[in-house]
Amino acid sequence: MKRLINQQPTRVWGIALSLLPFVFLLVLYVTASDARLAENPQDKLLPSFSQMGEAMQRLAFEPSKRTGEYLFWQDTLSSLQRLGLGMAIAAGLGMLLGLSTGAFPVAYSGVAPLLTVASLIPPMAILPILFIVFGLGEVSKVALIAIGVTPFVARDIQKRCLEIPREQLVKAQTLGANSGQIVLRVLIPQLMPRLIDSLRLSLGSAWLFLIAAEAIASTDGLGYRVFLVRRYLSMDVILPYVAWIALLAFVIDFALRKLSLWAFPWQENRS
Amino acid sequence: MIEIRNVWKRYGDNVILENISATVAEGEFITLVGASGCGKSTFLRMLLGTDVPNQGEILLDGKTIADEPDAERGVVFQQYSVFPHMTVLENVIIARAFEKTHLGFLWGKRKRAARDEAMAMLETVGLSHMAARYPDELSGGMRQRLAIAQALILKPRILLLDEPFGALDPGIRADMHALVLSLWRQHKLTVFMVTHDLAEGFHLGTRLWVFDKLRLDPQAPNRFGAGITYDLPVGQCEPELLQEIDSGLSSSGQELVS
Repeated sequence: MKRLINQQPTRVWGIALSLLPFVFLLVLYVTASDARLAENPQDKLLPSFSQMGEAMQRLAFEPSKRTGEYLFWQDTLSSLQRLGLGMAIAAGLGMLLGLSTGAFPVAYSGVAPLLTVASLIPPMAILPILFIVFGLGEVSKVALIAIGVTPFVARDIQKRCLEIPREQLVKAQTLGANSGQIVLRVLIPQLMPRLIDSLRLSLGSAWLFLIAAEAIASTDGLGYRVFLVRRYLSMDVILPYVAWIALLAFVIDFALRKLSLWAFPWQENRS
Repeated sequence: MIEIRNVWKRYGDNVILENISATVAEGEFITLVGASGCGKSTFLRMLLGTDVPNQGEILLDGKTIADEPDAERGVVFQQYSVFPHMTVLENVIIARAFEKTHLGFLWGKRKRAARDEAMAMLETVGLSHMAARYPDELSGGMRQRLAIAQALILKPRILLLDEPFGALDPGIRADMHALVLSLWRQHKLTVFMVTHDLAEGFHLGTRLWVFDKLRLDPQAPNRFGAGITYDLPVGQCEPELLQEIDSGLSSSGQELVS
Protein backbone atom coordinates (compact mmCIF):
# COMPACT_ATOMS: atom_id res chain seq x y z
CA MET A 1 0.00 0.00 0.00
CA LYS A 2 1.39 3.35 -1.05
CA ARG A 3 1.48 6.25 1.33
CA LEU A 4 -1.68 8.31 1.36
CA ILE A 5 0.14 11.36 -0.05
CA ASN A 6 1.14 9.28 -3.11
CA GLN A 7 -2.27 7.83 -3.87
CA GLN A 8 -3.83 9.36 -6.96
CA PRO A 9 -7.51 8.68 -7.70
CA THR A 10 -8.18 7.33 -11.19
CA ARG A 11 -10.03 9.63 -13.57
CA VAL A 12 -13.42 8.06 -12.96
CA TRP A 13 -12.90 7.99 -9.21
CA GLY A 14 -11.71 11.58 -9.28
CA ILE A 15 -14.90 12.78 -10.95
CA ALA A 16 -17.08 10.60 -8.73
CA LEU A 17 -15.37 11.94 -5.60
CA SER A 18 -15.79 15.53 -6.69
CA LEU A 19 -19.53 15.01 -7.38
CA LEU A 20 -20.13 13.15 -4.14
CA PRO A 21 -20.54 16.13 -1.78
CA PHE A 22 -22.96 17.82 -4.19
CA VAL A 23 -25.11 14.70 -4.45
CA PHE A 24 -24.98 14.29 -0.67
CA LEU A 25 -26.16 17.85 -0.02
CA LEU A 26 -28.90 17.50 -2.63
CA VAL A 27 -30.23 14.27 -1.15
CA LEU A 28 -30.03 15.75 2.36
CA TYR A 29 -32.02 18.79 1.25
CA VAL A 30 -34.71 16.81 -0.59
CA THR A 31 -35.20 14.44 2.36
CA ALA A 32 -35.41 17.25 4.88
CA SER A 33 -37.74 19.28 2.68
CA ASP A 34 -40.06 16.31 2.08
CA ALA A 35 -40.20 15.55 5.78
CA ARG A 36 -41.11 19.12 6.66
CA LEU A 37 -43.69 19.46 3.89
CA ALA A 38 -45.32 16.16 4.86
CA GLU A 39 -45.80 17.58 8.36
CA ASN A 40 -47.01 20.98 7.17
CA PRO A 41 -47.73 21.70 3.46
CA GLN A 42 -47.58 25.46 4.19
CA ASP A 43 -43.98 25.28 5.45
CA LYS A 44 -41.80 27.99 3.83
CA LEU A 45 -38.39 27.15 5.23
CA LEU A 46 -37.36 24.29 2.95
CA PRO A 47 -39.46 24.55 -0.23
CA SER A 48 -39.53 21.64 -2.69
CA PHE A 49 -37.87 21.95 -6.08
CA SER A 50 -41.26 22.25 -7.77
CA GLN A 51 -42.14 25.20 -5.52
CA MET A 52 -38.87 26.87 -6.40
CA GLY A 53 -39.53 26.14 -10.07
CA GLU A 54 -42.95 27.80 -9.86
CA ALA A 55 -41.52 30.86 -8.12
CA MET A 56 -38.79 31.20 -10.71
CA GLN A 57 -41.27 30.62 -13.55
CA ARG A 58 -43.24 33.57 -12.20
CA LEU A 59 -40.18 35.84 -11.88
CA ALA A 60 -38.34 34.88 -15.05
CA PHE A 61 -41.04 34.22 -17.64
CA GLU A 62 -44.07 36.26 -16.59
CA PRO A 63 -44.04 40.06 -16.72
CA SER A 64 -44.41 41.68 -13.32
CA LYS A 65 -47.99 42.88 -12.73
CA ARG A 66 -46.75 46.16 -11.33
CA THR A 67 -43.99 47.21 -13.75
CA GLY A 68 -44.39 44.85 -16.72
CA GLU A 69 -40.72 43.81 -16.46
CA TYR A 70 -39.36 40.28 -16.28
CA LEU A 71 -37.98 40.75 -12.77
CA PHE A 72 -35.38 37.96 -12.72
CA TRP A 73 -33.71 39.11 -15.92
CA GLN A 74 -34.00 42.76 -14.94
CA ASP A 75 -32.31 41.97 -11.62
CA THR A 76 -29.54 40.01 -13.32
CA LEU A 77 -28.91 42.73 -15.87
CA SER A 78 -28.75 45.52 -13.27
CA SER A 79 -26.43 43.57 -11.00
CA LEU A 80 -24.09 42.53 -13.79
CA GLN A 81 -23.95 46.11 -15.07
CA ARG A 82 -22.95 47.42 -11.65
CA LEU A 83 -20.46 44.62 -11.12
CA GLY A 84 -18.95 45.00 -14.61
CA LEU A 85 -18.64 48.74 -14.37
CA GLY A 86 -17.15 48.62 -10.88
CA MET A 87 -14.64 45.91 -11.85
CA ALA A 88 -13.69 47.76 -15.05
CA ILE A 89 -12.96 50.94 -13.11
CA ALA A 90 -11.02 48.96 -10.50
CA ALA A 91 -9.01 47.21 -13.23
CA GLY A 92 -8.12 50.47 -14.94
CA LEU A 93 -7.27 52.40 -11.79
CA GLY A 94 -5.52 49.43 -10.19
CA MET A 95 -3.35 48.90 -13.26
CA LEU A 96 -2.51 52.59 -13.46
CA LEU A 97 -1.57 52.87 -9.78
CA GLY A 98 0.17 49.49 -9.56
CA LEU A 99 2.15 50.00 -12.75
CA SER A 100 3.28 53.52 -11.97
CA THR A 101 4.32 52.69 -8.41
CA GLY A 102 5.96 49.45 -9.54
CA ALA A 103 7.84 50.95 -12.46
CA PHE A 104 8.89 54.37 -11.19
CA PRO A 105 10.62 54.72 -7.78
CA VAL A 106 9.47 58.35 -7.59
CA ALA A 107 5.82 57.31 -7.92
CA TYR A 108 6.42 54.54 -5.40
CA SER A 109 7.66 56.99 -2.78
CA GLY A 110 4.76 59.34 -3.48
CA VAL A 111 1.83 56.96 -3.75
CA ALA A 112 2.64 53.57 -2.18
CA PRO A 113 2.22 54.61 1.50
CA LEU A 114 -1.16 56.19 0.72
CA LEU A 115 -2.16 53.03 -1.13
CA THR A 116 -1.23 50.89 1.86
CA VAL A 117 -3.30 53.03 4.21
CA ALA A 118 -6.23 53.13 1.78
CA SER A 119 -6.27 49.36 1.49
CA LEU A 120 -6.65 49.06 5.27
CA ILE A 121 -9.95 50.98 5.35
CA PRO A 122 -12.87 48.54 5.28
CA PRO A 123 -14.87 49.63 2.19
CA MET A 124 -18.19 48.83 3.90
CA ALA A 125 -17.38 51.46 6.51
CA ILE A 126 -17.34 54.20 3.91
CA LEU A 127 -20.58 53.07 2.22
CA PRO A 128 -22.57 55.70 4.18
CA ILE A 129 -20.16 58.35 2.92
CA LEU A 130 -20.74 57.17 -0.64
CA PHE A 131 -24.51 57.33 -0.15
CA ILE A 132 -24.20 60.86 1.23
CA VAL A 133 -21.86 62.05 -1.51
CA PHE A 134 -23.22 60.23 -4.57
CA GLY A 135 -26.83 59.74 -3.49
CA LEU A 136 -28.70 56.46 -3.50
CA GLY A 137 -28.44 55.89 -7.28
CA GLU A 138 -26.18 53.72 -9.40
CA VAL A 139 -23.02 55.76 -8.80
CA SER A 140 -22.64 54.89 -5.13
CA LYS A 141 -22.97 51.13 -5.78
CA VAL A 142 -20.45 51.17 -8.61
CA ALA A 143 -18.18 53.39 -6.52
CA LEU A 144 -18.29 50.95 -3.60
CA ILE A 145 -17.13 48.08 -5.81
CA ALA A 146 -14.45 50.23 -7.44
CA ILE A 147 -13.18 51.61 -4.13
CA GLY A 148 -13.25 48.20 -2.51
CA VAL A 149 -11.38 46.37 -5.25
CA THR A 150 -8.92 49.00 -6.56
CA PRO A 151 -6.42 48.97 -3.64
CA PHE A 152 -6.13 45.19 -3.78
CA VAL A 153 -5.57 45.17 -7.55
CA ALA A 154 -3.15 48.09 -7.36
CA ARG A 155 -1.02 46.48 -4.66
CA ASP A 156 -1.06 43.12 -6.41
CA ILE A 157 0.04 44.67 -9.73
CA GLN A 158 2.68 46.72 -7.93
CA LYS A 159 4.11 43.57 -6.37
CA ARG A 160 4.04 41.68 -9.66
CA CYS A 161 5.70 44.59 -11.41
CA LEU A 162 8.54 44.62 -8.89
CA GLU A 163 8.90 40.86 -9.38
CA ILE A 164 9.71 41.18 -13.07
CA PRO A 165 13.46 40.42 -13.24
CA ARG A 166 15.56 43.61 -13.27
CA GLU A 167 17.67 41.93 -15.96
CA GLN A 168 14.84 42.42 -18.43
CA LEU A 169 14.68 46.13 -17.74
CA VAL A 170 18.45 46.48 -18.09
CA LYS A 171 18.32 44.49 -21.30
CA ALA A 172 15.61 46.74 -22.72
CA GLN A 173 17.74 49.77 -21.87
CA THR A 174 20.75 48.29 -23.65
CA LEU A 175 18.45 47.93 -26.66
CA GLY A 176 17.90 51.68 -26.49
CA ALA A 177 14.43 51.73 -24.94
CA ASN A 178 13.18 54.78 -23.04
CA SER A 179 10.91 54.58 -19.99
CA GLY A 180 7.69 54.80 -22.00
CA GLN A 181 8.73 52.05 -24.38
CA ILE A 182 9.71 49.80 -21.49
CA VAL A 183 6.31 50.35 -19.85
CA LEU A 184 4.42 49.71 -23.09
CA ARG A 185 6.37 46.79 -24.51
CA VAL A 186 7.93 45.06 -21.51
CA LEU A 187 5.88 45.75 -18.37
CA ILE A 188 2.23 46.06 -19.47
CA PRO A 189 2.17 42.93 -21.66
CA GLN A 190 3.62 40.87 -18.80
CA LEU A 191 1.26 42.40 -16.24
CA MET A 192 -1.96 41.86 -18.22
CA PRO A 193 -2.38 38.19 -17.23
CA ARG A 194 -1.56 39.22 -13.65
CA LEU A 195 -4.33 41.80 -13.83
CA ILE A 196 -6.82 39.14 -14.90
CA ASP A 197 -5.66 36.87 -12.05
CA SER A 198 -6.04 39.73 -9.64
CA LEU A 199 -9.58 40.47 -10.85
CA ARG A 200 -10.50 36.80 -10.50
CA LEU A 201 -9.29 36.82 -6.92
CA SER A 202 -11.19 39.98 -6.05
CA LEU A 203 -14.43 38.87 -7.71
CA GLY A 204 -15.67 37.40 -4.44
CA SER A 205 -15.35 40.65 -2.53
CA ALA A 206 -16.82 42.56 -5.49
CA TRP A 207 -19.99 40.44 -5.22
CA LEU A 208 -20.06 41.07 -1.49
CA PHE A 209 -19.92 44.85 -1.99
CA LEU A 210 -22.54 44.67 -4.73
CA ILE A 211 -25.07 42.69 -2.72
CA ALA A 212 -24.50 44.76 0.39
CA ALA A 213 -25.05 48.00 -1.50
CA GLU A 214 -28.14 46.61 -3.24
CA ALA A 215 -29.56 45.35 0.01
CA ILE A 216 -29.37 48.78 1.60
CA ALA A 217 -30.58 51.06 -1.17
CA SER A 218 -31.82 49.86 -4.54
CA THR A 219 -34.94 49.22 -6.58
CA ASP A 220 -33.69 46.21 -8.50
CA GLY A 221 -30.77 43.78 -8.60
CA LEU A 222 -30.12 40.27 -7.34
CA GLY A 223 -29.11 41.43 -3.89
CA TYR A 224 -32.12 43.74 -3.65
CA ARG A 225 -34.51 40.89 -4.52
CA VAL A 226 -33.22 38.40 -1.95
CA PHE A 227 -33.36 40.99 0.79
CA LEU A 228 -36.82 42.12 -0.34
CA VAL A 229 -38.46 38.67 -0.34
CA ARG A 230 -36.81 37.83 3.00
CA ARG A 231 -39.72 39.76 4.53
CA TYR A 232 -42.13 37.09 3.28
CA LEU A 233 -39.82 34.20 4.17
CA SER A 234 -39.75 33.36 0.45
CA MET A 235 -37.08 30.71 0.53
CA ASP A 236 -38.45 29.50 -2.82
CA VAL A 237 -37.03 32.69 -4.37
CA ILE A 238 -33.96 33.20 -2.19
CA LEU A 239 -32.45 29.75 -2.76
CA PRO A 240 -32.63 29.82 -6.60
CA TYR A 241 -31.26 33.38 -6.56
CA VAL A 242 -28.30 32.35 -4.43
CA ALA A 243 -27.63 29.40 -6.76
CA TRP A 244 -27.87 31.75 -9.74
CA ILE A 245 -25.38 34.19 -8.18
CA ALA A 246 -22.96 31.32 -7.56
CA LEU A 247 -23.37 30.17 -11.16
CA LEU A 248 -22.76 33.68 -12.52
CA ALA A 249 -19.65 34.03 -10.36
CA PHE A 250 -18.36 30.69 -11.61
CA VAL A 251 -19.01 31.56 -15.26
CA ILE A 252 -17.27 34.95 -14.95
CA ASP A 253 -14.25 33.33 -13.28
CA PHE A 254 -14.09 30.60 -15.93
CA ALA A 255 -14.40 33.13 -18.76
CA LEU A 256 -11.59 35.29 -17.32
CA ARG A 257 -9.30 32.28 -17.01
CA LYS A 258 -9.98 31.22 -20.61
CA LEU A 259 -9.50 34.79 -21.79
CA SER A 260 -6.11 34.94 -20.09
CA LEU A 261 -4.89 31.71 -21.66
CA TRP A 262 -6.21 32.68 -25.08
CA ALA A 263 -4.92 36.23 -25.12
CA PHE A 264 -1.49 35.50 -23.60
CA PRO A 265 -0.33 32.19 -25.05
CA TRP A 266 3.25 32.76 -23.86
CA GLN A 267 2.32 31.92 -20.27
CA GLU A 268 0.84 28.54 -21.16
CA ASN A 269 3.92 26.59 -20.13
CA ARG A 270 4.23 28.33 -16.80
CA SER A 271 3.00 27.07 -13.46
CA MET B 1 39.05 52.96 -25.96
CA ILE B 2 38.19 52.26 -22.32
CA GLU B 3 40.29 53.61 -19.51
CA ILE B 4 39.77 52.53 -15.91
CA ARG B 5 41.37 54.89 -13.40
CA ASN B 6 41.81 53.93 -9.73
CA VAL B 7 38.33 52.50 -9.32
CA TRP B 8 37.14 51.64 -5.79
CA LYS B 9 33.83 50.08 -4.84
CA ARG B 10 32.47 49.66 -1.31
CA TYR B 11 29.15 48.57 0.09
CA GLY B 12 29.06 49.97 3.61
CA ASP B 13 32.15 48.66 5.37
CA ASN B 14 32.75 45.95 2.80
CA VAL B 15 35.40 46.86 0.28
CA ILE B 16 34.62 44.99 -2.92
CA LEU B 17 37.12 46.39 -5.39
CA GLU B 18 40.23 48.34 -4.60
CA ASN B 19 42.22 50.59 -6.83
CA ILE B 20 41.65 49.03 -10.21
CA SER B 21 43.34 50.62 -13.21
CA ALA B 22 43.54 49.29 -16.74
CA THR B 23 43.33 50.31 -20.35
CA VAL B 24 41.39 48.38 -22.96
CA ALA B 25 41.75 48.81 -26.71
CA GLU B 26 38.95 48.46 -29.24
CA GLY B 27 38.38 44.86 -30.33
CA GLU B 28 39.85 43.15 -27.26
CA PHE B 29 38.14 40.10 -25.78
CA ILE B 30 38.68 40.19 -22.04
CA THR B 31 37.74 37.35 -19.75
CA LEU B 32 37.22 38.12 -16.06
CA VAL B 33 37.72 35.24 -13.65
CA GLY B 34 37.87 35.01 -9.87
CA ALA B 35 36.35 33.34 -6.83
CA SER B 36 32.66 33.98 -6.27
CA GLY B 37 32.00 37.22 -4.44
CA CYS B 38 35.27 38.77 -5.56
CA GLY B 39 33.64 41.63 -7.37
CA LYS B 40 34.00 40.68 -11.01
CA SER B 41 30.25 41.00 -11.58
CA THR B 42 30.26 44.32 -9.72
CA PHE B 43 32.95 45.48 -12.10
CA LEU B 44 30.88 44.40 -15.08
CA ARG B 45 27.88 46.28 -13.69
CA MET B 46 29.97 49.43 -13.53
CA LEU B 47 30.88 48.99 -17.19
CA LEU B 48 27.18 48.48 -17.90
CA GLY B 49 26.16 51.57 -15.97
CA THR B 50 23.87 49.95 -13.39
CA ASP B 51 26.45 50.58 -10.67
CA VAL B 52 28.95 53.41 -10.17
CA PRO B 53 32.41 53.46 -8.57
CA ASN B 54 32.78 55.16 -5.15
CA GLN B 55 36.13 56.52 -6.21
CA GLY B 56 37.95 56.74 -9.51
CA GLU B 57 36.38 56.74 -12.93
CA ILE B 58 35.77 54.67 -16.01
CA LEU B 59 36.28 56.55 -19.27
CA LEU B 60 34.89 55.59 -22.65
CA ASP B 61 36.67 57.50 -25.44
CA GLY B 62 37.91 59.98 -22.86
CA LYS B 63 34.48 60.73 -21.36
CA THR B 64 33.01 59.29 -18.15
CA ILE B 65 30.95 56.25 -19.07
CA ALA B 66 27.15 56.82 -18.88
CA ASP B 67 25.69 55.88 -15.49
CA GLU B 68 22.68 54.11 -17.01
CA PRO B 69 22.58 51.37 -19.64
CA ASP B 70 22.43 52.42 -23.29
CA ALA B 71 22.51 50.93 -26.78
CA GLU B 72 26.28 51.26 -27.01
CA ARG B 73 26.78 48.44 -24.51
CA GLY B 74 24.99 45.14 -25.18
CA VAL B 75 24.56 42.64 -22.38
CA VAL B 76 23.80 38.95 -21.85
CA PHE B 77 23.03 37.75 -18.30
CA GLN B 78 23.11 34.21 -17.00
CA GLN B 79 19.31 34.17 -17.12
CA TYR B 80 16.23 36.39 -17.57
CA SER B 81 17.87 38.13 -20.53
CA VAL B 82 15.02 37.62 -22.99
CA PHE B 83 11.42 38.78 -22.88
CA PRO B 84 9.15 35.82 -22.08
CA HIS B 85 6.04 37.37 -23.64
CA MET B 86 7.53 37.77 -27.11
CA THR B 87 8.31 35.12 -29.69
CA VAL B 88 11.94 34.50 -30.60
CA LEU B 89 11.59 36.68 -33.68
CA GLU B 90 9.84 39.50 -31.80
CA ASN B 91 12.59 39.39 -29.17
CA VAL B 92 15.09 40.39 -31.85
CA ILE B 93 12.84 42.83 -33.74
CA ILE B 94 12.04 44.72 -30.56
CA ALA B 95 15.47 46.40 -30.57
CA ARG B 96 14.70 48.05 -33.93
CA ALA B 97 11.22 48.96 -32.71
CA PHE B 98 12.72 50.77 -29.71
CA GLU B 99 15.18 52.54 -31.96
CA LYS B 100 12.84 53.62 -34.77
CA THR B 101 9.51 54.47 -33.11
CA HIS B 102 8.32 56.52 -30.15
CA LEU B 103 6.06 53.90 -28.63
CA GLY B 104 8.00 50.81 -29.63
CA PHE B 105 5.62 49.34 -32.24
CA LEU B 106 6.81 48.77 -35.82
CA TRP B 107 4.37 48.63 -38.76
CA GLY B 108 4.38 47.92 -42.49
CA LYS B 109 7.56 48.38 -44.47
CA ARG B 110 9.79 49.08 -41.50
CA LYS B 111 8.49 45.98 -39.76
CA ARG B 112 9.25 43.85 -42.82
CA ALA B 113 12.77 45.27 -43.03
CA ALA B 114 13.36 44.61 -39.33
CA ARG B 115 11.97 41.10 -39.69
CA ASP B 116 14.37 40.27 -42.53
CA GLU B 117 17.30 41.62 -40.56
CA ALA B 118 16.23 39.72 -37.43
CA MET B 119 15.82 36.47 -39.39
CA ALA B 120 19.35 36.87 -40.75
CA MET B 121 20.60 37.38 -37.18
CA LEU B 122 18.71 34.29 -35.97
CA GLU B 123 20.24 32.36 -38.87
CA THR B 124 23.73 33.28 -37.62
CA VAL B 125 23.02 31.98 -34.12
CA GLY B 126 21.18 28.92 -35.50
CA LEU B 127 17.69 29.72 -34.23
CA SER B 128 15.79 30.51 -37.44
CA HIS B 129 13.74 27.30 -37.13
CA MET B 130 12.47 28.48 -33.72
CA ALA B 131 11.43 31.98 -34.80
CA ALA B 132 7.74 31.55 -33.92
CA ARG B 133 8.29 29.92 -30.51
CA TYR B 134 8.23 31.54 -27.09
CA PRO B 135 11.36 31.55 -24.88
CA ASP B 136 9.77 29.13 -22.40
CA GLU B 137 9.76 26.50 -25.12
CA LEU B 138 13.52 26.82 -25.75
CA SER B 139 16.37 25.00 -24.06
CA GLY B 140 18.81 26.96 -21.89
CA GLY B 141 21.43 27.07 -24.66
CA MET B 142 18.91 28.28 -27.23
CA ARG B 143 17.73 31.00 -24.88
CA GLN B 144 21.31 32.25 -24.49
CA ARG B 145 21.75 32.21 -28.27
CA LEU B 146 18.61 34.31 -28.51
CA ALA B 147 19.92 36.71 -25.88
CA ILE B 148 23.12 37.10 -27.89
CA ALA B 149 21.24 37.67 -31.16
CA GLN B 150 19.09 40.26 -29.40
CA ALA B 151 22.12 42.03 -27.96
CA LEU B 152 23.94 42.19 -31.29
CA ILE B 153 21.17 43.40 -33.62
CA LEU B 154 21.85 47.06 -32.79
CA LYS B 155 25.59 46.53 -33.34
CA PRO B 156 26.83 47.71 -29.95
CA ARG B 157 30.54 48.53 -29.64
CA ILE B 158 30.87 46.72 -26.33
CA LEU B 159 29.36 43.36 -25.41
CA LEU B 160 29.16 42.45 -21.72
CA LEU B 161 28.62 38.79 -20.81
CA ASP B 162 27.85 37.95 -17.16
CA GLU B 163 28.47 34.22 -16.76
CA PRO B 164 26.44 33.65 -19.91
CA PHE B 165 27.11 29.92 -20.11
CA GLY B 166 27.25 29.14 -16.39
CA ALA B 167 24.00 27.16 -16.45
CA LEU B 168 24.74 25.17 -19.62
CA ASP B 169 26.00 21.65 -20.25
CA PRO B 170 29.71 21.34 -21.16
CA GLY B 171 28.95 20.18 -24.72
CA ILE B 172 26.60 23.06 -25.41
CA ARG B 173 29.07 25.40 -23.78
CA ALA B 174 31.73 24.51 -26.38
CA ASP B 175 29.26 25.34 -29.16
CA MET B 176 28.49 28.65 -27.51
CA HIS B 177 32.20 29.49 -27.26
CA ALA B 178 32.60 28.93 -30.98
CA LEU B 179 29.56 31.12 -31.64
CA VAL B 180 30.75 33.97 -29.44
CA LEU B 181 34.24 33.90 -30.95
CA SER B 182 32.93 34.01 -34.51
CA LEU B 183 30.50 36.85 -33.71
CA TRP B 184 33.28 38.77 -31.98
CA ARG B 185 35.47 38.57 -35.08
CA GLN B 186 32.62 39.27 -37.48
CA HIS B 187 31.27 42.35 -35.65
CA LYS B 188 34.63 43.62 -34.34
CA LEU B 189 33.26 43.88 -30.81
CA THR B 190 34.98 44.69 -27.58
CA VAL B 191 33.92 41.88 -25.25
CA PHE B 192 34.03 41.58 -21.46
CA MET B 193 33.05 38.15 -20.22
CA VAL B 194 32.71 37.21 -16.54
CA THR B 195 33.10 33.51 -15.82
CA HIS B 196 33.99 31.33 -12.86
CA ASP B 197 35.46 28.72 -15.18
CA LEU B 198 39.17 29.48 -15.51
CA ALA B 199 39.65 27.09 -18.43
CA GLU B 200 36.95 28.98 -20.31
CA GLY B 201 38.84 32.19 -19.71
CA PHE B 202 42.06 30.63 -20.88
CA HIS B 203 41.09 29.68 -24.37
CA LEU B 204 38.52 32.35 -25.19
CA GLY B 205 39.50 35.83 -26.18
CA THR B 206 42.69 37.82 -26.09
CA ARG B 207 43.19 38.82 -22.50
CA LEU B 208 42.58 37.30 -19.10
CA TRP B 209 41.97 39.26 -15.91
CA VAL B 210 42.11 37.42 -12.62
CA PHE B 211 40.28 39.17 -9.75
CA ASP B 212 41.54 38.34 -6.28
CA LYS B 213 42.36 40.00 -2.98
CA LEU B 214 45.76 41.62 -2.95
CA ARG B 215 45.84 41.71 0.85
CA LEU B 216 43.96 39.57 3.28
CA ASP B 217 43.14 40.26 6.91
CA PRO B 218 41.89 37.00 8.46
CA GLN B 219 40.17 38.91 11.27
CA ALA B 220 38.29 41.16 8.86
CA PRO B 221 38.01 39.44 5.50
CA ASN B 222 35.95 42.28 3.99
CA ARG B 223 38.41 44.99 4.99
CA PHE B 224 40.30 44.72 1.74
CA GLY B 225 38.83 44.47 -1.74
CA ALA B 226 39.90 42.61 -4.84
CA GLY B 227 42.17 43.90 -7.53
CA ILE B 228 43.35 42.51 -10.83
CA THR B 229 46.08 40.11 -9.75
CA TYR B 230 46.92 38.79 -13.21
CA ASP B 231 46.52 40.55 -16.55
CA LEU B 232 47.63 38.01 -19.11
CA PRO B 233 47.60 37.88 -22.90
CA VAL B 234 45.78 34.66 -23.73
CA GLY B 235 47.67 32.05 -25.75
CA GLN B 236 51.15 33.17 -24.69
CA CYS B 237 51.54 31.59 -21.29
CA GLU B 238 52.16 28.14 -19.96
CA PRO B 239 49.58 25.68 -18.64
CA GLU B 240 51.51 25.58 -15.34
CA LEU B 241 50.59 29.19 -14.71
CA LEU B 242 46.94 28.28 -15.19
CA GLN B 243 47.33 25.62 -12.51
CA GLU B 244 49.00 28.05 -10.19
CA ILE B 245 46.29 30.68 -10.58
CA ASP B 246 43.62 28.05 -10.16
CA SER B 247 44.98 26.74 -6.86
CA GLY B 248 45.65 30.29 -5.63
CA LEU B 249 42.06 31.29 -6.32
CA SER B 250 40.50 28.32 -4.65
CA SER B 251 42.62 28.80 -1.50
CA SER B 252 41.71 32.45 -1.10
CA GLY B 253 38.12 31.59 -1.85
CA GLN B 254 38.14 29.09 1.01
CA GLU B 255 39.65 31.60 3.38
CA LEU B 256 36.86 33.97 2.52
CA VAL B 257 34.24 31.39 3.26
CA SER B 258 35.71 30.11 6.50
